[in-house]
Amino acid sequence: MKTAFPFSAIVGQTDMKQAMILTAVDPAIGGVLVFGDRGTGKSTAVRALAALLPPITAVKGCPVNSETVDACPDWSENTQSETHERPTPVIDLPLGATEDRVVGALDIERALTRGEKAFEPGLLARANRGYLYIDEVNLLEDHIVDLLLDVAQSGENVVEREGLSIRHPARFVLVGSGNPEEGELRPQLLDRFGLSVEVRSPQDIGERVEVIKRRDAFDTDPAAFLAAYAAEEARIRDAITVAKARLGKVTQDDAVLTDCAALCIALGSDGLRGELTLLRSARALAAYRGDPAITRQHLRDVAPIALSHRLRRDPLDDAGSGTRVARTVDSVLA
Amino acid sequence: MTQEAESWHRARLSIALLALDPVGLGGAVVRMRASPMRDAVLTELQAIPLPLKKMPPNISDEQLYGSIDLSATLSTSQIIVLKGFFYNSTAILLTMAERCPIALAAKLSLELDTTDKHCLIALDEGADPDEGCPPALADRLAFHISPQGRPTAPTPLVPAGTPALDPAGVSLGEDALEDLTQLAVQLGIDSLRAPLLASRAAKAHAALFGRSVAAFEDVEAAAALVLAPRATQLPQDEHDDTPDTPPPPEAEQDGEDNDTDTQQELPDGDMLIAAVKAALPPDILGSLVPAGTSRNAQGAGAGQKRKSNRRGRPLPSQPGRLDGANRIDLVATLRAAAPWQPIRREQRPDVSGLHIRSSDIRIKRFQERSDRLLIFVVDASGSAAVSRLGEAKGAIELLLAQAYATRDHVSLIAFRGTEAEVLLPPNKSLVQTKKRLAALPGGGGTPLASGLLEARAMVDAGRSKGLTPSVILITDGRANVALDGTPNRAQARTDATRCATALTATNVPSLVIDMSNRPQAGLKDLAKTLQGDYIALPRADAHKLSAAVSASLDAR
Repeated sequence: MKTAFPFSAIVGQTDMKQAMILTAVDPAIGGVLVFGDRGTGKSTAVRALAALLPPITAVKGCPVNSETVDACPDWSENTQSETHERPTPVIDLPLGATEDRVVGALDIERALTRGEKAFEPGLLARANRGYLYIDEVNLLEDHIVDLLLDVAQSGENVVEREGLSIRHPARFVLVGSGNPEEGELRPQLLDRFGLSVEVRSPQDIGERVEVIKRRDAFDTDPAAFLAAYAAEEARIRDAITVAKARLGKVTQDDAVLTDCAALCIALGSDGLRGELTLLRSARALAAYRGDPAITRQHLRDVAPIALSHRLRRDPLDDAGSGTRVARTVDSVLA
Repeated sequence: MTQEAESWHRARLSIALLALDPVGLGGAVVRMRASPMRDAVLTELQAIPLPLKKMPPNISDEQLYGSIDLSATLSTSQIIVLKGFFYNSTAILLTMAERCPIALAAKLSLELDTTDKHCLIALDEGADPDEGCPPALADRLAFHISPQGRPTAPTPLVPAGTPALDPAGVSLGEDALEDLTQLAVQLGIDSLRAPLLASRAAKAHAALFGRSVAAFEDVEAAAALVLAPRATQLPQDEHDDTPDTPPPPEAEQDGEDNDTDTQQELPDGDMLIAAVKAALPPDILGSLVPAGTSRNAQGAGAGQKRKSNRRGRPLPSQPGRLDGANRIDLVATLRAAAPWQPIRREQRPDVSGLHIRSSDIRIKRFQERSDRLLIFVVDASGSAAVSRLGEAKGAIELLLAQAYATRDHVSLIAFRGTEAEVLLPPNKSLVQTKKRLAALPGGGGTPLASGLLEARAMVDAGRSKGLTPSVILITDGRANVALDGTPNRAQARTDATRCATALTATNVPSLVIDMSNRPQAGLKDLAKTLQGDYIALPRADAHKLSAAVSASLDAR
């Protein structure tokens, strides 16, 4: 495996980086969708995120990374009871993955050699308590999307096939990336993502050159490059850990809630998921910045990434949904 | 050197660089039809120091990632694991890359991104400009090789006796990186992978020529080999000092060093552009499309074809493996196994019954055609009613009969008064459509914009249900009601154009039927905006109209 490019060395792309940090602070926000052109560093950022996530405590050998021995599913027949610290799992779900690989299936190896009926967990099990990353998410086949929609909502994977009847927890942060030119995302799946960001190649030559320089330095000598950014990486990682601990202490008054609702009404976003995500991500941002309470400024900062994918599409507005959100934010929070 | 010889020289140079740094450069797209010329290129590819392995575009996941060999495991009752394609470090030769499914392209991209052991050669046999190697892959491969004409006698690339160095040890100046990045912007290459790959190519080029520090020639060669084939616009002349992207505000704070920098690099930049211009493919101007106008010409004669192994019209079955995703064609499997029965029985006299091996297994394949959806957008305004709404209705009825025969879905949108109205959501019921159509009253203003907008919504809705929509607009073109319902002729026209542009963006095939007494120039322009056909109907009857429509739709 290649070593991942350090997160802190990514030039620009502040929206994307902020969205990822916010989901790391509060996984309940519900994932990030990154839409942008090829070669803008979408996948680099996701893979870099893994290094920033605080490690989790899990039972050794548990296929679903359970925290305690009691939480281990029976079917895993796991006899180990020690726990260990392991990095937060970041699992890739490749396009064209079969249903078997995603939800898990009968363990053919054991069925054939020992004649036993056993369950072989799939990608959803491995992603429990971690991240599930889908590159080119807009090209994902419909039957896999249907599976994901249900599991992402319920946090539980139910397998009823080949004589198996098994359920296991599958709580994960969904991270998707894609190129909008190649296809649209179904609105149901779009809605499951908490935040969405649009990335584009930096338009400033200086910034582009900086990207190339850093990448070139990284490719030439990864170890030295990682060492140079180790301090900055550690700083962000610590800040995330501190923010996680502080999350519950951030307060908000009713005025903030009113603002959330007013924004969502003005934008015409369906359901209440918009308000909830807006509030959660504003809280995560306040925690990350070390502020004691949510203010309008926090709402202003997270509104574009929390709401832009929840608007009804207006084919006549070329400005893009990000601009529309910004406009509404300005008028509502004036 | 002639242009052809030049292109062969570039191809050979690309391969020589690839041989030095196969993994770092990612690989190459070889865009040539199968021919002795391509064989010549393939022979040269043997220079890559990795085992060359062919990968067909319909490779299964098990072959890619490795899996249990079911039949071997069963017969030996020991687990036999097949090693996947990705297990060893290889130079992957992807044949028929233009047919490569997006899913496979995504898996290959993932593998190239996360591991450091493969090099990919995509053999692209695309005949049309819009048929080719998936862009996600092409973006990750440094070279795009498509030599023209017959191969020339190879001339030595480097003076004899030059020792090739390790490209990893070559250093490349920061100004060279800046030059390459800047050049990529000028050539309209948005992806940042291009300048990165170019910088690696420059290092490999320097290594090939035995230089431990990359010189200008190396950067120049890299620009010609990596950047030129990706160009989407011709470089602007440096002399008119106005770049087409507005200078970002951040540049101002360190504006002074920037200025001195660019002045120093101007000659370099110019020479680089010259190098790239020489390497641009001859048909570049033809293939350059102004932004926003690229559009696939999808046939409207029938729905888009999709391969499917579950439903649709059956195709001949194919040898394959049972991987849970596809279905066995039992009859074909038995037929394939039949001739071998006597031999197999002799080999294994202890087994009774049929002897079926995994090589006999045939898999069912189907081709699914997504249904066509004809969206009729009918002008029922007063002006249209005066001319011939009746005739238009008759023509639509005839079209409906045809649509019924071909099991197309039909939807009807009418616009009159202040807004458009969906008279009939997509369905297959001929009777219902006819009833609604007959009851369609005429009169009022012409809210053309509103009609087009409704059509667009219908196109989106149809697509999300898996239909392939086409839009047929029947109007006399005198738009006089704006989107907000106010009677304002000028605003109505602007709105109509805007809505037409919005509809064009959905890439839907369309047809404009002019039913006014005299053909309207405005409608011709509208058809142009919609990138669709235009049919004027001066004194035509319903039969003629229907014939014209079917001719126009089926011709595509």
